[in-house]
Amino acid sequence: MQQDPSAIAEKVIEIVDQNRSREGPLMPILNDVQAEFGCVPAEAIRVIASELNFTRAEVHGVVSFYHDYRTHPAGRHVLKLCRAEACQSMHGDSLAERARALLGIDWHETTPDGSVTLEPVFCLGLCATSPSAMLDGRLIGRLDEAKLERIVEEVRS
Amino acid sequence: MTVRIFVPADSAAVALDADEVAAAIGKEIVTRNLDATIVRNGSRGLLWLEPMVEVETPGGRLAYGPVAPDDVASLFEADFLSGGSHRLSLGRPEDIPFLARQTRLTFARCGITDPLSLEDYRAHDGLKGLQKALQMTPAAIVETVTNSGLRGRGGAGFPTGIKWKTVLDAAGPQKYIVCNADEGDSGTFADRMIMEGDPFVLIEGMAIAAIATGATRGYIYIRSEYPLAIAVMEQAIEVARMAGILGKSVLGSAHAFDMEVRVGAGAYVCGEETALLDSLEGKRGMVRAKPPLPAHQGFLGRPTVINNVVSLASVPVILDKGAEFYRDFGLGRSRGTMPIQIAGNVRHGGLFEAAFGMTLGELVDDIAGGTASGRPVRAVQVGGPLGAYFPRALFDTPFDYEAFAARDGLVGHAGIVVFDDTVDMLHQARFAMEFCAIESCGKCTPCRVGSVRGVEVIDRIAKNVDIPAQIAVLEDLCNTMKYGSLCALGGFVPYPVMSALKHFPEDFRPTPAVQAAE
Repeated sequence: MQQDPSAIAEKVIEIVDQNRSREGPLMPILNDVQAEFGCVPAEAIRVIASELNFTRAEVHGVVSFYHDYRTHPAGRHVLKLCRAEACQSMHGDSLAERARALLGIDWHETTPDGSVTLEPVFCLGLCATSPSAMLDGRLIGRLDEAKLERIVEEVRS
Repeated sequence: MTVRIFVPADSAAVALDADEVAAAIGKEIVTRNLDATIVRNGSRGLLWLEPMVEVETPGGRLAYGPVAPDDVASLFEADFLSGGSHRLSLGRPEDIPFLARQTRLTFARCGITDPLSLEDYRAHDGLKGLQKALQMTPAAIVETVTNSGLRGRGGAGFPTGIKWKTVLDAAGPQKYIVCNADEGDSGTFADRMIMEGDPFVLIEGMAIAAIATGATRGYIYIRSEYPLAIAVMEQAIEVARMAGILGKSVLGSAHAFDMEVRVGAGAYVCGEETALLDSLEGKRGMVRAKPPLPAHQGFLGRPTVINNVVSLASVPVILDKGAEFYRDFGLGRSRGTMPIQIAGNVRHGGLFEAAFGMTLGELVDDIAGGTASGRPVRAVQVGGPLGAYFPRALFDTPFDYEAFAARDGLVGHAGIVVFDDTVDMLHQARFAMEFCAIESCGKCTPCRVGSVRGVEVIDRIAKNVDIPAQIAVLEDLCNTMKYGSLCALGGFVPYPVMSALKHFPEDFRPTPAVQAAE
């Protein structure tokens, strides 16, 4: 992970340049920055604001509005569990409780060993095969306790 | 002849190991030295049977499912490539009642074709609508869409043709077509399925909208929770560009039109059209007051058509077969077909496209076959997190915008989520308020503050604190949110809350002392 501010700035300028000609370039830039660094670092906000002629407050306002953007990198794995109605109807709530107990963390938290971050998601569009989860971009349908235990084992190894 | 084996690459199939099934089939083809190839199609929408593998035989396609990776070897041993019988045999997919009872217009190709094969698309009537549109005047295209009776399938149900006419009549050097693919409602997945299973139909629909209104640029705003749909749409746009469907000259005509995918960042409210436009411009996804309408001042303040995925994907068949053809399906002011998404605690969940008019009861009891748990159905939420909960007593409600509105509900994006008798409706009402509190854009007070207060009031009911007084406050709060909110988020949250209270009052009564003491 690059943490050196000048290295971050250099990469962010490159990302801004790739997107500069787009109409409304800020979201594509932020998506790319997060893909690169795993979060939107404070240094990136400063650089984007300066490059696009926004105030830092404006860019910060956008970053803080959207659930996807992080200010700090997540754990090595990100486990998202759907909390929406179709998953509730198949007892997703109790599975989510089980996940929090197994991992010993609450929503939005990362395990102390840095292995996994647990996040709620509101609908993955897998509502007929619920409950649903996503592990690092991998979709999981018909989540049950056995599958959940395998996931926890996998992320912890 | 090379045998084609179809293994869906739809998210729902992939979430149930379709990729592993495809890999296992690929391995068997190599080891057994067979003349066969795998096509990763979309889903037919029989989601309880996914992954549903199909084999093309001289007598038509035969289906097997749900196939687990461990089943693959035995399928080959049963000679499924020649249609051999197996414990997972389903016969011809078209004969499965769930599919046989549908009217597939918008989803005609979904699950049948290779989503990224333009050749397949053309062979199954693709591009016919666009070719017809290119022979027509913009006004004639708009008139066809208006006459078809097509209404916005995203939830609001506004006539699509009228939106287009407003943009056609608006002056401006640059106009846009924006596709709202921020399908965030729980229980809905039609947008995702069509983007993954038949992306060209959306591109074609957007191109027709562009020609009809004089727009030359388009954006598809897809939520980040749909990674596979994003990937398929991006590839499909590239294929369409290479084939001259997009670019400086659409299919050799004088019309220029090109588009790109934009990815959201996890804000539910961006499914509201004006919040989506702000997000597309690179701002916080805040709802705008209307007027001005997006049709006059939309993306970057310019005239913009903003339509839902299914609305746009329904346009090609309307242009191809005519307004009357489409309008002849349905009832009242709800014309054509609706892809209904059957989800939650159901035996047979999936996508069911049908003419408007089937009753909720037919869909839940007959088509969906009741609950997956085998317990009685207690409540059905129609139209996503902002839709009402219907009890069995209202199962005679026909699928029709006005009929649902008359019963204090909404068709919305036509997702129905079934709950069995273990559901606690006070908990569901609380969740509706909690969800609104999490997702409110914060612009208007009824939504921003009302949702937080709503959670507090419902929590007091749960704790047996002066329940009649709390219910009076809750009703008053819902009334304020319904009539005082700027958009449908705060304005519609009262639907699930009030329907839970009205139809399931027993869940809002004092709980037994044992629980209350906890």
